[in-house]
Amino acid sequence: MKRTTITASAVAAAAALSLTACGGGSDPLAKSSSEASAAASGSLVIGSANFPENELLADIYAGALKAKGVQVTTKLNIASRETYVPALKNGEINLIPEYTGNFAKYLDKNAVVTDQATALASLRKALPDNLVALEPSKAEDKDSVVVTKETADKWSLKAIGDLKAHESEAVLGGPPEWKTRADGVPGLKRVYDLTFKEFKPLDSAGSLTVQALKNGQVQAANLFSTDPNIKANDFVVLEDPKSLFGAQNVIPVMTKAKATPQVTEALNAVSAKLDTDTLAGLVTKVVIDKKDASAVADEWLKSAQLG
Amino acid sequence: MTWFLDHVGQVLTLFLTHIRLAVIPLVIGMVLALPLGWVARRFPLAYPPIITVTGLLYTIPSLALFVLMPLILGTGILSDTNIIVALSLYTVALLTRTVADGLAAVPDQVVQAATAMGIGPLRRFFTVELPLAVPVISAGLRVAAVSNVSIVSVAALLGIAQLGSLFTDGFARQFLDPIVVGIIACLLLAVLLDLLIIALTWVATPWLHGRRAA
Amino acid sequence: MNALWTWLFDPANWGGAGGIWQRIGEHLIYSGVTVLIASLVAIPLGLWIGHTGKGRLLVVNLVNGIRALPTLGLLFIAVLLLGPRLSGDLAFLLPAIFVLVVLAIPPILAGTYSGVDEVDPSARDAATGMGMTPGQVLRDVEIPCALPLIFSGIRSATLQVIATATIAAWVSLGGLGRFLNDGQASQDYGQMAGGALLVAVLAVLVDLVLAGLQRLLVSPGLSAPRQTRRRRRGEADAAPSAGAAGAAGSGSADARSVSVDAAEPSST
Repeated sequence: MKRTTITASAVAAAAALSLTACGGGSDPLAKSSSEASAAASGSLVIGSANFPENELLADIYAGALKAKGVQVTTKLNIASRETYVPALKNGEINLIPEYTGNFAKYLDKNAVVTDQATALASLRKALPDNLVALEPSKAEDKDSVVVTKETADKWSLKAIGDLKAHESEAVLGGPPEWKTRADGVPGLKRVYDLTFKEFKPLDSAGSLTVQALKNGQVQAANLFSTDPNIKANDFVVLEDPKSLFGAQNVIPVMTKAKATPQVTEALNAVSAKLDTDTLAGLVTKVVIDKKDASAVADEWLKSAQLG
Repeated sequence: MTWFLDHVGQVLTLFLTHIRLAVIPLVIGMVLALPLGWVARRFPLAYPPIITVTGLLYTIPSLALFVLMPLILGTGILSDTNIIVALSLYTVALLTRTVADGLAAVPDQVVQAATAMGIGPLRRFFTVELPLAVPVISAGLRVAAVSNVSIVSVAALLGIAQLGSLFTDGFARQFLDPIVVGIIACLLLAVLLDLLIIALTWVATPWLHGRRAA
Repeated sequence: MNALWTWLFDPANWGGAGGIWQRIGEHLIYSGVTVLIASLVAIPLGLWIGHTGKGRLLVVNLVNGIRALPTLGLLFIAVLLLGPRLSGDLAFLLPAIFVLVVLAIPPILAGTYSGVDEVDPSARDAATGMGMTPGQVLRDVEIPCALPLIFSGIRSATLQVIATATIAAWVSLGGLGRFLNDGQASQDYGQMAGGALLVAVLAVLVDLVLAGLQRLLVSPGLSAPRQTRRRRRGEADAAPSAGAAGAAGSGSADARSVSVDAAEPSST
């Protein structure tokens, strides 16, 4: 048995040598440690969620910081808040574009986010000590419940509550995390007393959601209020009079230790110039005109004299 | 096509990352599969458990394995190491059996002749059995390489950038161009790896194609 | 680990709409339909190629080429292209099944083709000599002789499809992948690990069923001698040269079952 082990490790060693020699592979452990040290020594890692607007915002932050001489790297498209927030907390990413109300409620289920000021205050209160929320922008992008024009006419829908009369025949669609999120399915039940026939887990306001709505696989779906698909497909955004979705200003949230005055200034300057219409216009360029998020970001930064 | 021309640099970067994420596990998996396959071949009792367990690894869905890796390894959620370790497991799953079968395909007479010539087990393994098993092992390696290229792209769902990111990006914007470019790039990469393995096999088995190579 | 057991042993997770039983059922339906369609395409094609000897090179390259297609990209493209042309749930179901079928064809095709290809030429000659028509040779000689390899192709395809049918959940469908996607979206590790475990267990169970079926269907004249031969050789070898049992080539039936490329050694 002993001989076996020795032989085995000899085989392993020899094969490792010969294969790395011809295959040109590198040591994964060395790579990850160099990555870690790069993150520690100055370079700021910007993350984003898995939908176009958030990636665009991350690109805008990256461009603005680069223009000020800050060293940045990006790690975009990191699934949902449930995945990237742990990465933000443990320092794998240092900065992410967030939305005041939703992030506050993610951190504290009972957070009050009915208007912009309370949402911001709730967020700052709920943030862990190693993170900091910089200045919010005027730009808002809310979750919303959307129906097709036909459905809105047929069921005469104006506000989310109007769905009550048809809840037993309506299928609701949204990102998978909506099933458990406080402002998703549970929130619609709590605030509007809506129990849909079924919840269909789709994607974060992407192709699946748009197609499922158009196809009639779902009658109501979660899209973001800035989503250009709403206009392009003539969807109707249902009003939210009880403000289930609260205030959702775009806000940079980052690792406190990395928030140097240089970084803070650059990001606050972005927030100062960004409003909802501007943001929606930029998202349209990415999603409808199929332009690159990074190019759209750079173009806007130049025009706003930030880049 | 114009989309590709406008994004050559970006695609190339993703392509290189994709190579790294697919090839490192191939090498690690190979290195692990050799001793495992050898044990499975050497000890008849060990064959069924080793082959069954490594085969089972392959039935674990890749997305789950990627996401669960940090819990097992203690790595960060966004670390490449998760992908590399998970793919190494898949490679081991595919190759262990191939190595065992490849070694088994070495004719008994050859092994006995080598033993009769006084060649010890260790030297015999490296100079006789392993070289003769190369063609079979190489076939398994080709399957593993191609399968790794495909599985790596799933990591895009977790925010690890490689060619798969073109799929998620295109899908989020109902935009076919990046997806098509991504698929073609994956196919191209698979073909390149395949040719590389074929070439290495050719070099490693001079007796199969005349004396020119020797 | 605790989260896994808590999730798995909570009766509330098993029953009802969206429960584990329902997801297993959906998973089996997707996989069954897929393997059926793939078999209908790949077996006749493989028989034809094996029987006529035409297009061998094409098969080998096609099989490898298809393997290289990234499932995720293929699924997304199928949804974007097919989705708008279909209505209702079919819009997502059909693309997902399509991708799985593409995945299942190579092993079945390779198994069938090499099964026929490896039929002892003397058996074929004898059949022709007895006055059998090409059709009869195919039906009465080649297919029965190829059955073990056809079966192993189907089995490895089934394993692969069950392990991959989780992708259906990426496009809002059901199946066990639901637990992986929902678990990932809400960082519920117990649910994810539980889902993954269920997929693996399901794959193994289905494979056992198929192994039993294979035993029933394959002519005993083909399977039994092979096994006894293997066993006898194993025993004979085990004694003197200590450990040449593997020389039997393809290993035991159970071991073969969990290999993804069961049809591979014969096609290469």
